[in-house]
This record gives sequence, structure tokens and C-alpha cells, in this order.
Amino acid sequence: MSKFTTTRRGLIKSGVVGGAGLAMPTIFTSSAFGYTNEPTGSTVTLGFNVPQTGPYAEEGLDELRAQELAVEHLNGMGDGGMLNTFSSKALKGNGILGKKVQFVTGDTQTKSDAARASAKSMIEKDGAVMINGGSSSGVAVAVQGLCQEAGVIFMAGLTHSNDTTGKDKKRNGFRHFFNGYMSAAALAPVLKNAYGSDRRAYHLTADYTWGWTQQESIAAATEAMGWETVNNVLTPLASTDFSSYIAPVLNSGADVLVLNHYGGNMVNSLTNAIQFGLRDKIVNGKQFEIVVPLYSELMAAGAGKNVEGVIGSMNWNWQLQDDGTQAFVKSFGEKYGRPPSNSAHTCYVQTLLYADACERAGTFNPCGVVDALEGFEFDGMGNGPVLYRAEDHQCFKDVLVMKGKENPTNEYDTLEIVEVTPRAQVEYAPDHPMFAGGELGACNPGA
Amino acid sequence: MDAIILQLLNGLDKGSAYALIALGLTLIFGTLGVVNFAHGALFMIGAFCAVTLQRILSFSYVVEDPTQKDFLGRPLKVQTPYIESWFGPDFGSAIIDWSVPLAILFSIPIMIAIGFIMERGLIKHFYKRPHADQILVTFGLAIVLQEIVRTYYGANPIQTPAPQAFVGSFDFGSLLGFDPNVVIYPYWRMVYFGFSALIIGAVFAFLRFTTFGMVVRAGMADRETVGLLGLNIDKRFTLMFGLAAAVAGLAGVMYAPINAPNYHMGMDFLVLSFVVVVVGGMGSLPGAVLAGFMLGILESFASMNEVKDYFDGIDQIIIYLVAIVVLLTRPRGLMGRKGVMED
Repeated sequence: MSKFTTTRRGLIKSGVVGGAGLAMPTIFTSSAFGYTNEPTGSTVTLGFNVPQTGPYAEEGLDELRAQELAVEHLNGMGDGGMLNTFSSKALKGNGILGKKVQFVTGDTQTKSDAARASAKSMIEKDGAVMINGGSSSGVAVAVQGLCQEAGVIFMAGLTHSNDTTGKDKKRNGFRHFFNGYMSAAALAPVLKNAYGSDRRAYHLTADYTWGWTQQESIAAATEAMGWETVNNVLTPLASTDFSSYIAPVLNSGADVLVLNHYGGNMVNSLTNAIQFGLRDKIVNGKQFEIVVPLYSELMAAGAGKNVEGVIGSMNWNWQLQDDGTQAFVKSFGEKYGRPPSNSAHTCYVQTLLYADACERAGTFNPCGVVDALEGFEFDGMGNGPVLYRAEDHQCFKDVLVMKGKENPTNEYDTLEIVEVTPRAQVEYAPDHPMFAGGELGACNPGA
Repeated sequence: MDAIILQLLNGLDKGSAYALIALGLTLIFGTLGVVNFAHGALFMIGAFCAVTLQRILSFSYVVEDPTQKDFLGRPLKVQTPYIESWFGPDFGSAIIDWSVPLAILFSIPIMIAIGFIMERGLIKHFYKRPHADQILVTFGLAIVLQEIVRTYYGANPIQTPAPQAFVGSFDFGSLLGFDPNVVIYPYWRMVYFGFSALIIGAVFAFLRFTTFGMVVRAGMADRETVGLLGLNIDKRFTLMFGLAAAVAGLAGVMYAPINAPNYHMGMDFLVLSFVVVVVGGMGSLPGAVLAGFMLGILESFASMNEVKDYFDGIDQIIIYLVAIVVLLTRPRGLMGRKGVMED
């Protein structure tokens, strides 16, 4: 039988030790006690959260194809794709940090709540250390917030709102895709050359975060070169028939219609505008023109002949001739029989960039990955030299200005590259007013 | 004034779609007493009949052209529709060009068959169940149908253009003394309005001037008494379900060139069409048509910038506001009958 006695000295010692433990910064405790979903076996699990149902399901399917291809290449299967052209040589085709890569998928349904639920499930039930994918800024902002809270890395897919790396940026979130400001900065000079500096623009804008920031960006850029913004009409995301929004354009005195729409909205509003004969009209002595600031190959295919001659912008396109693009298009094309979309490209690249960051950091700890990605400069991934800026986790790279092809030769030949706008022309300061209001905050390793 | 005329035209073609779908809904409710939430899916299937026929007519053989390259640098596979090789390039491409009008004939038997299978296979088991059960089962059916379409056709919209002869717009402004190109309206939307008027007229004529229609109308008024007269009213009502499905399908076929069909388009119209039915009066065919056009026109006027400057967002709620006002002042709707859904 033992006797337990408490002395004054013993109590003080215990208090000091306990207090020091509680006062210790969490970064030290978390490295000592691990991080969310620290891989302990021979595999590591990535979570691919893409729209598998809903209006962007085709885009989600293409993202998923690219993510599967990236996993194959990381595990040393196939021809290696962009691993052969990537400027960083940390990846060896033996998984990540020697662990075989496996993946789970979730369905965002292009709904913020569904996307958060599927990401949460992949993190909590499947042990995903990273979430990648998505085709909507609303979804990206929601999932980025969740990943920050959960202590995993979020490598965004297609998200073009300024807010993703602006007021809603998070330390655990990274965006490779370009944004509304960059689209506008790339488009403005091309529009000036094509249509002149004396134009009156009428905007139809999707009424959510992406539409607002896209419209703000393109209006600012075109007004700076002399265009006048006649009107900006917000259209509900659920709209299908835009005829009642198109009709007022006819007698507004505008000679350019800017469609700040994406996906099904873009297909329908552009189709309606063409039906009303807007592009056949002469207004103010000039040919009426339509501009679609954000293009995607899949949506251009949906719009059919209506995109012919319409100018827009893209993050990347399979027609680029650099080595990285050629390697990716070959891998993807031979496996799936079609060229990859720019949303597929960004998801593929994001997966490789995450894996590379883990290798360079020597850990899956999100804080180590954040350190490895912040300020990282790389090349060979299809966009020329790229910087992952530390201040906002936005990638800076060349932007493509595209035009709907006049005489397409096949179903994938819908757009042509008008100009590759150099990175310097689309860069902006981290404290630019269009991106103000948010803080990256501290890295969260979770656990 | 020009803006008002434009929105009036817009409202007429929007109203046409609402009226056609609401007419079918009312036919089913009036005859079988079923609240059919799968009716929007029938509209969507109609649009995909146009897509399907376009694909059938465009079915091609492939020839490799070594002078052109595909995205992987291989010889380009050039597709030539069989129909062009059978009938010559000019006549063959003209047939493909007219695929949407041809789809009217293609869709009628398909839609009647789908309606018949739906009614006999599923909905007849819910005749005596509460309306809530009917709504749940038909809504579930709508989701199943749209997911089947998504599986086969994908989620992207599919362009299904009108014939070249109807591409472009008619300049109403010149007729009315306005400046050229101020009041213009697409030809195909005018065709859609005319077609809708024709279908609505045909349905009313069928019900009014044929013996079959007379029995159906009698059955809608008093099903039991008609049955006691030895007439098989159930069989006629099943055929009416097929007719209602065909009306929804035809509305979808002709709508395909207006907005590229996608698997979700039925849901986009469904709720609005139910509001139209309620405003028009449950079970009232003229009420459904009247409310369809009325709400279509009001929705278009509410989209005018001059209106939205005073009431921001009014275009999103105008239909529901009108529904509230109508139901407060006329609880049975504009032309509703006493006793319908009042037990």
C-alpha cells in the first residue's frame, strides 16, 4: 500500500511544468504531436473534390481525368507527363516521400454546402491530407475555409474570383488558376486594338462573387483605356433565358456587350444575344461586338457556332507549343482520346505542385508545405515561368487571350490563341484595392 | 415605347412555354387528379428528342485525312454524315438543318409512349394516395429521368440550332415607325409563339369538338357518373396522360433552338409552371393558358431596367408576388372551379 502526499515544492514544480506546456506555441506542440491525417502507412491519400453531378459535371469529369493522370505519374506509371518538363526535379515517380499515392473523390455538385460536406468526409473518414479541384469560386471559398479549419492543404481548381486570393484568402489555400483582374488586364489592350478606345459597353453579370469581381475588373480595365460603361445588370445564377436582359441592350446605345457569365449562363446568354442579332448590328457607326472575359473549352463547345469571333481569356490551352503543354496533352490525349481542358490542366498542375512541395519540405505537415510553396518559382508546366506569391498564394504567369474560331475543323477546335499576354502585364500589388479586406492568417496543421 | 414592345414580345414567347407546360399539367390534374412533378422532365425529354434526331441524322462515317492533323499530330479523322453520301451534300445537309422541325414528328410517338408507360407503370398506383405522396413519387421520377439523360448526353448544354431559314431577327421597329434595328425579334421565337398557339388551339378543339374530348370533359366534371354510363373513363384518362406528355414534349422540341438543351432544363420550368397552374386555377385549362401568358409578360416587364431602378430584384419575385395577390383575392385562382383541391 502506498501513501500519496502533496508537498508545496512538488505543487510548484508541477505548476511550472504544466504552465510551460500550455504556454508553448502550438507550432511546436503540433510538430511534436503530428498534424491532421499524418500518413503512417505506406500510402498517402489525396482528396479530389470536383463536380460529378450538376451543371459543371463535364468540367468536373475532365478535372478528375487529369487528377487520376497526375496520380499515375506520381506513382511512376505512364509516360510521366509534366514530371519530365517540370523545373523542380524533387519528384522521382515513386509516390510522395516514398509513399504510394492513392486518392478518394467527392462530389461538390457546384454547391458550397455539398462541397464542404464532401471535403469534410474525405478529410475525416478517408484521411485525405490535401483537397484539390472544383469549378466554382463560391465552392472554392467555402472549401478553402473548411481546409483552413481542418488543417489540410487546399489546392484550388477552377476558381476565377478575385476574392479567392483576395478577401477570402487563407494560409492553407493556394490558387494556380488566374483571376478576374488578370483576365481584364490581359484583355483590355487586345480589345482596344480590335475594337478601338471609343466604345460603350453594357455588362450582364452573374450575381455572385465571381461575377461581381469579374465585372469590377473588366469595367475598370476598359474604362482606363477610354471605354464607357453604359450599364451593369446583375442576372441571377439560376437564369436560363436571358432574352429579357438582352432586349434592353438594343436601345441602350451600347456597342459592346460584356457577358460576365460562365458555364450554362454563358452558353445561354451568348446564344440569346446571337439570336437577337446583336453581332449583326451597327451602333454608333461601329460593328456591335460581344466579349466573354472567361472562356473554357467545354463551354465554348456548348455554345457552338455562337462563339465564332468572340474574344475572351483563358488560363491555359492545349494548343500551346511549349514542352510542358506538349507532354501533358500527349499523356492526356493518349489516355482519354481528347485534349485536356484548362480546368483539367490546373488540377493536374496543382496535384504535382503539392507533391513537389511535400518532397522539398520533407514532410506532409501543412505548415511545411505552405513554407515550400510560398514564393516558389517554377517552369515547365505550360505557362512559362510562374511564381506562387507568398503574400496571397496566387500564381502569377502568362495569360491567354482567345477568340472563337471562325472555321473549326473538329469538335475540339473551337478557340484560337490571339495573344499570350506576358506575366508582367497582369501582375498587381498584394494590397491592390480589388483584393483588399482579407488576411492569410496563420498556417493550421490541425490535429 | 420600343422597350415596352420588345418586352411584350419577350413575354409572349416566355408565356408560350409556361402555357404549354401548364396546359399539360392541368390536363393531368384535371383528368387523373395527379399532381405531376415529373412534367418538367417530359419537357426536357422533348428537347432531347430534337438532340437525338439531330445526332441520328448526323451519324457519320470516318475517313482519315493525311493532309490535316489532330491534336496529337495524327491524321485528322474527318466525319461525313451518311445522309450526305446517300442524298448528296446539299439535300443531306438540308435534312440535318431541318432536324428540329422534323423532330416534331419524331417526338410525338415517343412522348405518348413515355407518358403511357409512366401512367400505367407508376402513377396509376398513386391515384388514391394523398397529393403529398404523388408529389414525392413524381419528383423522384423527374430526378431519375434527368439523371438518365445526363448519363447519356452529359451535363453540358448541347446546341440544337434552328434551320438556317429561321436564323436572324425580324425588324418590328421598321413596321411601327421606329428606327431600324431598335425593335427586332428572332424569327425562331416568333415561330415558337405561333406553334404554341397552334398546339393550344388544337388541344382545346380536340376537347371541345370530338366525342372523345366530350367524354373526357364530362369525366373531368364528374368521373363517377360517366363511369356509371358504361364508358371506360380510365382508358381515356390514360390516353390524356399520353397527350399531356406529347404537349410537354412538343414544347421542349421547339424550345431546343432557343436555349441549348441540358438535362436540368425541366426543373428550371417546373416550379414556375406550377405557380402558373395555381394562378390560373387548379384544373382550369383556359386558366392555365391565360396565367401562362400573363405571368410571362409580367416577368418580362419586371426585367426592364426602368422598373428595376425602382424595385431592385423585382424580376425574381414578380411571379410569386402576383400569385400571392391572386390567391388572396381569388383563392381558386383566376379561372378555378369550385371543389377542386378543396376537400
